[in-house]
Amino acid sequence: MTLLRLILLRILTTAITLFGVAVIVFVVIRVVPGNPIAMMLPPGATDADIARLQAQYGFDKSIFEQFIIWLGGVMQGDFGTSISLRQPVSMLVLGRLPATLELSIFALVIAVIIGGMMALTGTRYRDTKTEGAIDVTAGMALSVPDFLWGLVLILLFGVLWPVFHISGRISPSLNIDFTTNFYVFESLLRLRFDVWLDLLSHMFMPALALAIPLAAIIAQLLKQSLKETMHLDYVTLARTKGYGEHHVITREALPNAILPTLTLVGVQFTFLIGGTVIIERLFSYEGLGNMAIDAVINRDLPLIQGIVILFALLFTLVNLAVDMLYVVLNPRLRHA
Amino acid sequence: MRDARGDIKRPIGLRLWLSGGWLTLLALAAIFAPLIAPQDPLAQDLFTSRLPPFWDAKAEAGYLLGSDSLGRDVLSRIVYGARLALIVALVAGTLTCLVGGTLGLIAGYYRGWPDRIISRFVDIWMAFPPVLFAILLIAVLGPGLISIIIAIVVIDWTRFARVIRAEAMSQGVMDYVASAQVAGRGRFGTMITEILPNVLPTMVALLTLEMGIAVIVEAILSFVNLSISTDSPTWGGMISEGRTSVHQAWWVLVFPLITLFLTVLSFSQLGEGLKDRFDPVLR
Repeated sequence: MTLLRLILLRILTTAITLFGVAVIVFVVIRVVPGNPIAMMLPPGATDADIARLQAQYGFDKSIFEQFIIWLGGVMQGDFGTSISLRQPVSMLVLGRLPATLELSIFALVIAVIIGGMMALTGTRYRDTKTEGAIDVTAGMALSVPDFLWGLVLILLFGVLWPVFHISGRISPSLNIDFTTNFYVFESLLRLRFDVWLDLLSHMFMPALALAIPLAAIIAQLLKQSLKETMHLDYVTLARTKGYGEHHVITREALPNAILPTLTLVGVQFTFLIGGTVIIERLFSYEGLGNMAIDAVINRDLPLIQGIVILFALLFTLVNLAVDMLYVVLNPRLRHA
Repeated sequence: MRDARGDIKRPIGLRLWLSGGWLTLLALAAIFAPLIAPQDPLAQDLFTSRLPPFWDAKAEAGYLLGSDSLGRDVLSRIVYGARLALIVALVAGTLTCLVGGTLGLIAGYYRGWPDRIISRFVDIWMAFPPVLFAILLIAVLGPGLISIIIAIVVIDWTRFARVIRAEAMSQGVMDYVASAQVAGRGRFGTMITEILPNVLPTMVALLTLEMGIAVIVEAILSFVNLSISTDSPTWGGMISEGRTSVHQAWWVLVFPLITLFLTVLSFSQLGEGLKDRFDPVLR
């Protein structure tokens, strides 16, 4: 009962947050001084042409009326029509979402692997120079944001030692006719491993840039939790039973130390998704973020609105999922 | 060095000295830019385009770190770019701290409805992708220094509000706050004279971190061509240009990137170092 109430409350606050985001974006982008419609028409267009097109996109009504109309459309899954690309916003946005999701998830996997390895190594060799080196590395990695790591990676692995692709999502020669936009999953299902590897080698640099700061956070927090757990009685018991240090850390300490890290990773994952906006731009990766920047430059109001709402929805869903996972994994809350 | 409690103070770490040193150097370069810069940062000369840095055989005197595709001196542009970067860091950082710190203090100390309203806004803000929000704001406000500063304040105030709110909340339940109120000081007076001094160290540490973030935001905005006018030298603008010509002239990207990297790292290390020093538990 209490769990159900908790879930309902969370869904309600999520709805309020999304509504707030919608209102703010709506108001902010309608203060734009330039007339987006005038930019679409050839220079010879008459005032009547502009007015007609403005009415078509609904820009002649008050902000409040526009918002109500837009909200009514959204309720039916209609996010309007993009001004610059002249296609339904929902179609455009959902077409790009898989690319961004694949990139974010790949980055998350890299971060968990690197951060986890650092934490485990640091705990195994605690109070030695190895732990010190891990601390310094994590501190550095955390101090510099993904944008700069992306540039550093471009220089190192795109120019100095060009082993990875630093631009695009797929090599044009390998672009098989995909039926979905989840290229990585689809190529795997269709057993096209050459395409799959090409996709990963395109994604690796941007994903690594996104992963480095998160890996550092995971390394720091997980190592701290592990070291605290290592002093607990049941860990000592496992050790007196004769289990080796590796077994004690991975089998005994890790399951109990992982919960705080999990919660933090959830919040940080939303930051990572936010980071894709500039990272996709940097690596010319055709995802949602890259499209968002173009939409802003082209003053494409309906498209900007759709993308921002989708990002906000993604963020709140990730947070919701983490909260649920926390309840499921924490025995004290599960039986409440 | 011993303080009143007789504890031995930890020596100021090497990283604090290094980062402080780099930022001082940068500030001096920014202030005395016209004296230091060997060339006019805007002077274009196609005869000197894409000159390599000084150790290369094809380098030319006067262009220590080479020149870009329009023949502009890279070193001079970095030095002048430091001006904009540091102005943004100082002004935007301080304003963000003031706005976010004040709201956090009010939310954490007064609790009740002010807290509910401020926290609701923080939640909404957390649902925005920050870089996209910044780009959107600049598109709305128009490019320019003031727009950049406003955008940074609007996006990042939550960073302060969240932390200071939590700090003020934990301070608010302390005995000394209750005794100040018993002694007849009003709510507002207590907040200013009792709570504020106790959250100030955290604020200073956050402010230092924020300055580094402000420099990055400015660079990102320059990178997508939405910073200030295109002819003023900015690090982000140089990086943006360097990214496109990296295979022909790597130095146009490398030197501003190193400068930006060191600057952000320094602000961040300084902030972390200050946080450790101010942290009562670690101290």
